[in-house]
Order: sequence, then structure tokens, then C-alpha cells
Amino acid sequence: MSPADTVAEAAATPERQQPHAALGLTDAEYASITSQLGRRPTDSELAIYSVMWSEHCSYKSSRKYLRQFAEKAPPSAALLAGIGQNAGVVDVGQGYAVTFKIESHNHPSYVEPFQGAATGVGGIVRDVLAMGARPVAIMDALRFGPADAPDTRRVLPGVVGGISFYGNCLGLPNIGGELAFDPCYAGNPLVNALCLGVMRHADLKLAQASGPGNKVVLFGSPTGPDGIGGASVLASASFDAGGAGGDQAKRPSVQVGDPFMEKLLIECCLELYEAGVVVAIQDLGAAGIACATTELAAAGKVGMTVGLDAVPLRDQGLTPPEILMSESQERMMAITAPEDLDEFLKICARWEVPATVLGEVTDTGRLEVRWRGDVVVDIPPASAAEGPLCERPAQRPPGQDVLNADDPGGLAGAGLGPGHDAPGAGERLLAELLAVLGSSAAADKTWVTEQYDKDVRGNTVLAAPHDAGVLRIDEESGLGVAIATDGNGRYTLLDPYAGTQLALAEAYRNVAATGARPLAVTNCLNFGSPEDPAVMWQFTEAVRGLADGCLALGIPVTGGNVSFYNQTGTEPIQPTPVVGVLGVLGDVRDRLPSGFSASGQQIVLLGTTSAEFGGSLWAQVTRGHLGGVPPSVDLDAEQRLAAVLAAAAAAGLLSAAHDLSEGGLALALAECCLTGGSRSAEPGGGPGLGCVVTMPAEPPGPVAFLFSESAARAVVAVRPSAESEFARLCGSHGVPARALGVTGGDALEVTGLFTAPLAELSEVRQRTLPDLFGG
Amino acid sequence: MTSRIGIVTFPGSLDDVDASRAVTRAGGTPVPLWHGDRDMRGVDAVILPGGFSYGDYLRCGAIARFAPLMAELIPAASAGLPVLGICNGFQILCEAHLLPGALTRNTGLHFVNRDVRITIGTNRTHWTTAYRPGETITVVLKSGVGAYVADQRTLAELSAANSVVARYADGSPNGSAGDIAGIANAAGNVVGLMPHPEHAIDPLTGPGTGGLGFFASALAPEVPAARAAAAAGW
Repeated sequence: MSPADTVAEAAATPERQQPHAALGLTDAEYASITSQLGRRPTDSELAIYSVMWSEHCSYKSSRKYLRQFAEKAPPSAALLAGIGQNAGVVDVGQGYAVTFKIESHNHPSYVEPFQGAATGVGGIVRDVLAMGARPVAIMDALRFGPADAPDTRRVLPGVVGGISFYGNCLGLPNIGGELAFDPCYAGNPLVNALCLGVMRHADLKLAQASGPGNKVVLFGSPTGPDGIGGASVLASASFDAGGAGGDQAKRPSVQVGDPFMEKLLIECCLELYEAGVVVAIQDLGAAGIACATTELAAAGKVGMTVGLDAVPLRDQGLTPPEILMSESQERMMAITAPEDLDEFLKICARWEVPATVLGEVTDTGRLEVRWRGDVVVDIPPASAAEGPLCERPAQRPPGQDVLNADDPGGLAGAGLGPGHDAPGAGERLLAELLAVLGSSAAADKTWVTEQYDKDVRGNTVLAAPHDAGVLRIDEESGLGVAIATDGNGRYTLLDPYAGTQLALAEAYRNVAATGARPLAVTNCLNFGSPEDPAVMWQFTEAVRGLADGCLALGIPVTGGNVSFYNQTGTEPIQPTPVVGVLGVLGDVRDRLPSGFSASGQQIVLLGTTSAEFGGSLWAQVTRGHLGGVPPSVDLDAEQRLAAVLAAAAAAGLLSAAHDLSEGGLALALAECCLTGGSRSAEPGGGPGLGCVVTMPAEPPGPVAFLFSESAARAVVAVRPSAESEFARLCGSHGVPARALGVTGGDALEVTGLFTAPLAELSEVRQRTLPDLFGG
Repeated sequence: MTSRIGIVTFPGSLDDVDASRAVTRAGGTPVPLWHGDRDMRGVDAVILPGGFSYGDYLRCGAIARFAPLMAELIPAASAGLPVLGICNGFQILCEAHLLPGALTRNTGLHFVNRDVRITIGTNRTHWTTAYRPGETITVVLKSGVGAYVADQRTLAELSAANSVVARYADGSPNGSAGDIAGIANAAGNVVGLMPHPEHAIDPLTGPGTGGLGFFASALAPEVPAARAAAAAGW
């Protein structure tokens, strides 16, 4: 074992060459470090700066733009903690607060789908736990290559299996999410995991170390050589020369999860909070101890001294830089007062969670790390925690105009025109409905969702396939929340500004469709390389669209995550901002399921339908077309629609509500028929409840009424005798409402056009995923 | 009158909160029991809840079976204390040899969360007096290692002794032998059930209230005790 590079040695050997470029630092960044320290960094310091100044940790390309979320934030009394904390915290009333956040684990999930996705869940759960909340639910927004591509058969079952394994073992219900397919994700799937936590207001914890003399405790799993700096960099010959024996290049770059330890960590942390022995806490995620120590100290504007010899190791050969950068899972770092230390360690022991005192908070303003008697790190923590800003050129790609000009309106002769009034139009529309319904986008997702425990903890009121997950928070009052995530890469490709607002609007509408009042937003921004000016343009437009949209809707962004470099070679994915919206329900007994549950009820279409096919599922499935512009955004109409749904739900006027999005009214009606009531798929029951509807005999015509994806629309089933009151409610909110027909029967019948037996629709929709991925 | 029902929490227990809620809804008093304490706190019956005790490492239930509390529970159950093991609890009861057979990986190799109908096979156990034999209820299946297996002789004995508590009504979703969803010991005080009745106690959060009978049954032990005595005399 060679001695580690110490601060003293660094001062004595200013000329020593260091592999900063291999660690991803530019010459200018390296020079900046040297100048801030007044000497060259030690190997350990270089490791810290390289990970903390990485795009992943520093948001150096995106930070400048993300400020809009705060600058344009609508006034909201609900926000208790916002951007910058591990996760945003929102007041939902009755003394309760919820915290929620969505995060990507895209690259690890492609390399090793099972563990990549599993540890993605683990990471976001710890983020929420670190806010002082009990994690109570998870969701997953997944995007893969074509469903029938051979590699999707490797990646999808692995990802779903990993989420199932980790989430189920943690005892967190998985209450919804997304599953989408597109060739652009073939070499770069998107695995975005969301976690929701609940706490009392008083329990809010912030990741700010304070109080010199307070102890720094590392607890959870021992530290191993997993996930170190993405492996390649630290395994470079120049960096580990003389380091631990063995072939470090073969060390896994993807971490391995232990959900059992995470479950113990959850219960242990909650007991620590309850006992009042936690001053500050942070989870260890990307950049491990390096990140936790620098961020805790920087946020609290204090110093910290820690000893790496105390870190429990799975591999005794780890060097100080490796210990600092290890991304071993299921670890937390807390600050506790010396007088509380015994109690702290006792609680950890009760949960069989290893805990070690690494050091203490100081008033020096420096982060000092020791190893075997030597000082290997001595830096101002803020210099690492606040990375550099990177000015990236952004340029609207020249092809954008061509793409936008290629409107599927040009396909009118092939399907949008008066041809549908001709004989045979009904059969053609039915064939198109079956094509849409059988596509991977519209397929029944039971093959996936059945692998997740949606029921554990007994508070799940709605889960997939309903529009949003609805979770009860208080058993007495019935207070609860609804959450949905949405994103549509095709829309965002056509217009990143509008596409992002459409993702926001859809998640908002999904939450509203359950009867909940939308309250706050989280986001996971999945994009290609920020070094590509076209991608940077997409990104800046998306962020601007989201910030403007949230301002218009009056709901603040509470936090989020940026994932760049999602591309295969130089080919970026479609820009895919995934937006999560959280809403509150005063009483979850008022919630609206998305499926029809009783016959003889009036079906009403809310909102205005125009012929909008740009980026639509209909254009993709039936015409293989992607071009034009996405549906127009009308956030005022979205707000009015949401207000009607919330009021109608609270007044008990409706038995079902379903938002219209991909696939338009046709797909929405089919889903309403097949989904059933709150508890979908009665065991031993039939395939659902049908309906008879009539398409209006006016523009934009039956194709658009059935398949257009105009926003700000929903379809509802009205309870008997509530029809006129509901109509009045719509009128007073200025929401166009049009009675389409009535529930009942065992077919989806569109008068004069087609009658589709539910058994047939069900068969088409259900077989897609099992046929591809096995029974 | 049975009213205090112990709910055991092992490291990795997950549905302990749900079992407690179900006991409360049925009118009983849930009493938390800690795996590491050799203390049954004088409870009248015990539920081993679902979850992944010890992460399901080694084999589901294999480590939990050796918990200090189990050293108290096993002899008490053998002496007649009513014990209900749900999901992971069923696995623990098999590992502890309080019930015959074993639970193995689902045939589809995937975790399955689905509402399932089960047909109650007997009401002679402490946990099923509230049901009529042949009655069908809907409960929640959520497990990856839920396929019940036993040798032919054991399966025949379970049937002959009227010890099959419930069978899946619409065919086995996981490959269980004889569509078995739950079994009892000969005395009827120890019952193991793979699907979760504690998740079927409220139509708001589950498929109806069909599962409540398991918990209600345990609150009125006089009848089943007589039946168990009769059963033991067979």
C-alpha cells in the first residue's frame, strides 16, 4: 500500500502532473481549483472536485436556466422547502406536509437494467427520507426502445424486475407511472423514479450541518468499491498506480442494491427523528461521502473534520479518493449533538444498522479529511459544493422548420377528410382504433404493474391504470394526495416549449381527473448532450416552457433533476422532460376512478376539440408520421377544467373521469370501458362496461373527435340525476360540455360508425406486452 | 374473550401496519411484538405479517424462524395459541415446522399483485369461524414466492383432515399445488395464508371487506376451540 497523497505532499510537489482531464475536469477548471487552494489539489481533493463539479452533481450547464423555476415561481403558501434541498416540501393541510421528487437512473439501467433500476428507486427514496419524511409511495416513468426490439427484451424485464425487487422489499406501494416506447430510446432507456414522503410540519429536516462540536455519523451499509466515479476515471492507470491490487477496471460501475438494508435505514431514521437526535441529515448518493460532507458543511456554512479510517469498508484496499467517491448504496450521514450520540447509536443498533462517528463539525470553515494520520483533504467546502457555471451555446436546429412544416394535416386526403362520411368509414375508424389500442403505447400495462406491490401500507386508493395515483394520508379525515407524471418526447421534439407545457398540463389534468386540486410540480429533464447546441436549445426552451407554465397554473416547481448525455453516439433522444404534479384531496372518498362502473350514466366530453394530429399517437400508429406542431396549449382552459372536476368530485356529481391525451377520445373511451371502477379488473368478472356514444355531426369531424389530441379535455360519467347540476357547473366555469351518450352494454358503440365488443378490445389491448415479454 | 392480538415485527416486515389496522377494524386490540424480545406480552393470539423478513435472504422465512420471539411463539403455538401467518408469515410458519410443506417461487417467476377470489375450505380453524365453508371472498395476492408445495401424502392428509383453509377459486395464479391458498394445522389454531386478508377490509383501499372475517374470527375463540377439539379427536 503506497501512502496517500497528502496536503503536505501536495504543497511540496507543485509540479506533479495530475489526471484531471481523465477525471472530466477541463484545464480551466483544474486551474481554478489550484488557484482557490493556493497549491495543487491532493488526489483526494481532485476526486472530490471532479465528482462535485461533474454535470451530474453541479448542474453546471443547467443551473443558469433552472433559476427560472424560483424567479417565476407563483406565490404559493404551500411551499415549506424548495429547490436546493434534497426534495421540495409542500403543505397539504391538517399539519401534514408531503415531499416528492423524481430522479433519473438512465445510464445505469441500460448497462445493468435490474440493479440500475433498483438503485434508482433506492436513491430517490433516501432523498425523501433525508427530508424527515416517511417514504409512502413510489412511481416509475419508463421509456424504452421499440417494444419488439431484441434489446428491449433484455432491458425492460430487467428494469421492471429491479423496481419490483427493490420497491416491494422496501414496503412502498408503487401507485403509477408511465411506460412508453420509441426507437430514440433504444440505446438509452429512461428510468425515472419518483418517491413521495409524508411528515408533520415540525419534522422537516434540512441538510445543513451546524453546531461546532456536533458529531458526524455515517450509518448504513459498509463502503465498497462500487460505482466509483463511473469506474473508468478512477481506474485510469495514472490515478490508481500503486493502489489496491486486483483489476480495478473490472469493478462494477453500477451499484448493487440491498433493499433490506434500506428498509432498516428507513425505520431507523424515522425513530431517530422521533427521538429528536438529528441536527441535520443527508443521504449518500452520487459522489458518496465527498458529496455529503461538502454539501452538509457548505449549506451550514461551517467546517467539518472527518477521519476516513473510521469508515466501515467492504474492501480494505480502498484508497482515500475511492472511499470519498464510492457510491455504495443504503448509506446516510447525520449530524448529532454529542449528548445525543449514545441515543443515536442505540437506535441504530436496535435496527441492526451499522453506525460510525467519522468526525465533527468545526468552526474553521474548512473540510478537513484525515487518513492514517495525514491530512488528505483541506478545502473550503463551498468551493466544491458550488461548482462552476458552464456557458453552453444554444441554437435552434435548422431542421426544426422543416419538421414543423410537415403537418399531418397534409394527410387529410388519406384519412382526415370527408372520406369518413363515405360507406366503409366506420370499419376504417374501427380498424384505426384497434391499431391504436394494440400499439405498445396504448397497451394494457398489467404485465408491468402486476409485478409491483401497490397495496402495502393500506392507503392506496387509486393506482395504475387510473389517471393518477391517489394515496390516503390521514385515516380519520380522509386527507390524501394524488400524483401523476407525464412526458411526451414527440411533442417536445416538435416544440420543446409547448411540448413541456403539454407534459405539465397532462400531469395537472391527470391529477385533476381524480378530483384533486393540483398543488406543486417536480420534474426530471431528460436530454441529449449539452455540448450539442441543438440539444441545449431544446433544454432552454423546455425549462422556459415549464417555468412559464407553472406560473400560469399557479403551482410552483419544488425540485427536480436534470439528466444530460442521453444519446446513442451523436444521436440524442427526443427531448423528454417528465413532469410530476402533486395535488391534494380533502377526502379521498371523493376520488374519481377513470373507468365506468355503472350503467345508464350520461357520458360528457369536456373541452374543445380541434383537428390536432401533430405528434399524435394516431399519426404515429396509423401513418408512421411524426411532424407538424403539437396540440395548442391553453393553460387557462386547463385551470377551468380542473376547477370543474374538483368541484364535481367534491359534490359527488360524477362516477368517473378520464383525461384525454394520447390517442384522443377514442382511446380514452376504450380505457373508460375496460378499466372499471376503483379496483380495476374484478377477478372472475367480464372485460368492463361498455357505452353508446354519438360523434357530433359538425367540424372538425369524426376522425378528429375520435383521435385528435387537443389538450384541456376530459371525459366523465355523470351520476343519475346530477346531469343538470353538472351542466350548470360547467357553464359557470366556462368549460364546454357536450353529452356524447350513455354507459352500458358490453361494447364500445359509436352510433352509425362502429360497434366494438369489449371482449375484442380487451384482447387486443391485453395481449401486446405478454406476447412480447412472456406470460 | 380474545381481544389482544400480537403483531410481530421482524426486520423487513412490511404489512405489520396493515395487520394492525385489520385487527382494530375487527374490534380487537393490536399489540406490537418485537422479534428480538422473548416476550409475548400476554397476547391471546399472534399474527406474523407479510413482508421480506431479513430481505428474504437465504430462503423466505428461514432466518426469521430463529428470532428470539419465535423461541416463545413456537411452543405456545404447539400448545394451542392461535397464530395466523400471512404471506411471509406463512413462509415463516412452514420454516418453523408449525405447518407442513413449503412455499416456492411463483411459476411465472414474477412477483404477482392481483385481486384473487379464494374459496374458504373450512371454518373449523380459529381464524375462519366467521366464514361458511364454500364461501368465496376476494383478497389481495402479492408475492413472488407464493406457490405452495408438499408431497402427495401431505396434500392428501391436508384434504382429509379438512385443513385446507382456502383454495384459489379461479385457478392458481402462482402454481400452488391443488390451488392451495392457505392451510391450517390439525388443531386449527395455526393458519398460514398466502394472499392478504388484511388488504381486503375496506372498499376504499382494497377489494371489499371479504378479508375482515379472519380477524373477526380470532376475537371469538369459543366456537372454534370446540371445533378444534372435535377436529383433534378425528
